[in-house]
Amino acid sequence: MFDALSDRLDGIFSKLRNRGRLTERDVNEISREIRLALLEADVNVRVVRAFIDRVKERAIGAQVSEALDPGQQFIKIVHEELVTTLGGTTGKLEMSPKPPTVLMLAGLQGSGKTTAAAKLARLLKSQGLQPLLVGADLQRPAAVEQLRVLAGRVDVPFYSEATDPVSVARGAIEEAARLGRNFVIVDTAGRLQIDTELMDELRAISAAVKPQNTLLVVDAMTGQEAVNVAATFNEAVGLDGVILTKIDGDARGGAALSVKEVVGKPILFAGTGEKLDEFEPFHPDRMASRILGMGDVLTLIEKVEATFEEDEKRKAEELLQSGRLTLEDFLEQMQQIKRMGPLQNVLGMLPGMPKEIRNADVDDREIARIEAIIRSMTPDERRKPEIINGQRRMRIAKGSGTSTSEVNRLLTQFKQVQTMMKGMPGVSRKVAKGKKGKGKKGKAPKMPRLPGGALPGGFPGTGRPGGGLPGFPTS
Amino acid sequence: MAVLIVIVAVVVLVSAGAIVAVRARGRARHREGVPGEPPRAPTAPPARPPETTIPTPSVEELEELLREPAVEEPAEVGVPAAPDVVAPAEPEIVERPRLRDRLGRTRSAFSGAFGRIRGRKIDDDTWDELEESLISADVGMATTTRLLDAVRSRAKEESVTEPEQLIALVRDEVVALLDIGADRSLQLTAGEPNVWMFVGVNGVGKTTTIGKLASQCVSEGNRVVLAAGDTFRAAAADQLQLWAERTGGELVRGQEGADPSSVVFDAMSAAAGRGADLVLVDTAGRLHTKRNLMDELAKLRRIVDRTPGALKEVLLVIDASTGQNGLVQAKQFADAVDVTGIALTKLDGTAKGGIVLAIQSELGIPVKVVGVGEGVGDLIEFDPGEFASALFSDEN
Repeated sequence: MFDALSDRLDGIFSKLRNRGRLTERDVNEISREIRLALLEADVNVRVVRAFIDRVKERAIGAQVSEALDPGQQFIKIVHEELVTTLGGTTGKLEMSPKPPTVLMLAGLQGSGKTTAAAKLARLLKSQGLQPLLVGADLQRPAAVEQLRVLAGRVDVPFYSEATDPVSVARGAIEEAARLGRNFVIVDTAGRLQIDTELMDELRAISAAVKPQNTLLVVDAMTGQEAVNVAATFNEAVGLDGVILTKIDGDARGGAALSVKEVVGKPILFAGTGEKLDEFEPFHPDRMASRILGMGDVLTLIEKVEATFEEDEKRKAEELLQSGRLTLEDFLEQMQQIKRMGPLQNVLGMLPGMPKEIRNADVDDREIARIEAIIRSMTPDERRKPEIINGQRRMRIAKGSGTSTSEVNRLLTQFKQVQTMMKGMPGVSRKVAKGKKGKGKKGKAPKMPRLPGGALPGGFPGTGRPGGGLPGFPTS
Repeated sequence: MAVLIVIVAVVVLVSAGAIVAVRARGRARHREGVPGEPPRAPTAPPARPPETTIPTPSVEELEELLREPAVEEPAEVGVPAAPDVVAPAEPEIVERPRLRDRLGRTRSAFSGAFGRIRGRKIDDDTWDELEESLISADVGMATTTRLLDAVRSRAKEESVTEPEQLIALVRDEVVALLDIGADRSLQLTAGEPNVWMFVGVNGVGKTTTIGKLASQCVSEGNRVVLAAGDTFRAAAADQLQLWAERTGGELVRGQEGADPSSVVFDAMSAAAGRGADLVLVDTAGRLHTKRNLMDELAKLRRIVDRTPGALKEVLLVIDASTGQNGLVQAKQFADAVDVTGIALTKLDGTAKGGIVLAIQSELGIPVKVVGVGEGVGDLIEFDPGEFASALFSDEN
């Protein structure tokens, strides 16, 4: 979601990387560009101003470190400031000493409260809690029915009654006690923050059930309005946190920054897709890295961890260390990656990917073509692609329903990746030592290790073949 | 772990590179329009994907690349629908509010930025304030710059000295920007079945907008069929059913998780059979970045095109609180289904919906209706003058 902002900052920083010193004029110029980038990303104007001021102050006053060049230093400052703005730490839900713990969701119409309620219930259930879903949105037609259906899908009990929202919420607490549920999630009707009547109602629900957690649900596509919404809801019912929804779109998500700055409470969760398991804790540090185009490596690692079986991991590791990748291995690895979800998402998480790739519309069905080509090869051909001559090529193209030029392209690129891999033995050692002495042109982003564990660097830019793969976190 | 990531990266790079190359070739062929042989591939494509801009393929290119668009079907099996507790009401006849009335209660919010520049000399701060207030209205940096540049040159020409005059100029420019010479009325031809389709991202208010329009069209004497094409979101059809009961339209629905195209097809047949004047097609909310879901939408449109009854409107529903992403949304939806107009919803809050300025001026898609409340009658025609004034009005 923050990719576009990353592009913008990429452009700015590439200018910086070529400079030796950071003058006040530089700082001002960059600040202007960052302001523009943040505004285009829908960060609220006032929030942008505060953010820029902080960055400027730190950048001009910053101690000149021997180890870093000024550009790197600036990036570090912007990154740290982004982390601070986005949260600094990963927040947690407040648990009541006396069960049940009550959580209330609030927000504008269409921000995704009902879906978030069900996703949250599923997540809490998987963590061993016993949630109860409560439909207190009696406003929107069929909202209660929607939650009832979703509750069934995540296999969590559901409660509602056709009275009024306050009674529903009250009744839900009794129901929770009766059923022995220790966590109550109350879905409320969407409302405009200027609708005094409905805001009063929200206050009444809050007073009736005294939730330990009142979460604001915010659509990642929200514009400047996010600030007003967050401020008013916070005044009315005292927010404890935020859920950011629909971050699987391509909105730059400045709303996240705005809301965080205004409410001062952590963004706890993020909705990452339409499926009920596409919901995860929000990680400010990762998000900040993503903003700076460093890729969401940590999420990627987690995904890899969850997808690859132990022996598969070992195999992949051996494969890399041997530096010898065959098309067979390639096919096998591709199956693993397919299990990690749409390739597009995986791409987005890789650090330093050229933005053409990051923003490319990669359709997983196109992968099928590549697969078809490899599958049309004999085992021998997969192991030793150099034996593929014109005749074989023709056969493979026919067998896979592609063209010989497509087969050629795959082979050429595969060969280059192979060469690349051979040129980087012991990747992990390299990481541990940093990447000293690389990038003679001064273009290689030998950036500092940044907070949050994401080691930036990323792939060398396009057009510099054979640059070798950069470091990745060793964790 | 690190190694695994590298493997992932390698595989992704090879695959992505290949795809990009294929894409570029497809585009080149498309552009040149040379049938048969594709242009010669570059002799040595780089290991990493070439540094070319990757085009967003048009629908035709897509169809060329993907011969059989497999549409993702929701996995969940539908739960039998149990209509809810809300009692059906008499078709309501409601007086249409004006945008100005609806915005009355938030007037004071507008006065802030403009209030500050009143009664002062025009200086750099004045321009900064103007810029800030436009950006606060989600007008966006590019459009704001464009507007203010125009105002600046006019202010110079006309030797404007008072901030109030400046505001009037900005208002004029906004109206000029909105005046794209497009027909803002919803197309409805008497004596034949008309079809309006509603598309948009999740949670913008598609179903509600349909409900309101159904009510208006029924009260104008039309026979209206509602097609519950959102078979993905739980209880979406129930929501539409309640609207049907409330407004006196007929609903055609399928099972949850059913193929939306079958629902639409059924609705079209039902409409033809019953001599309906208007079919309102609801669709599931979808992010414009989800390729498979956008393909599904294009397919829905093709089905509507094929069946009797003319597709008169494809309305993109946009939430007034949407930020700059709204422009991307509009582009993507326009590419997929040829959007004919915008329904701007939830304008009764403090959100000003400034993004439609960019959408109208850059894509030429006119705003046709505006949602200003939760009531049946709270859907009004779009009036550029009122919209512009609303952006800048203060207590006076």
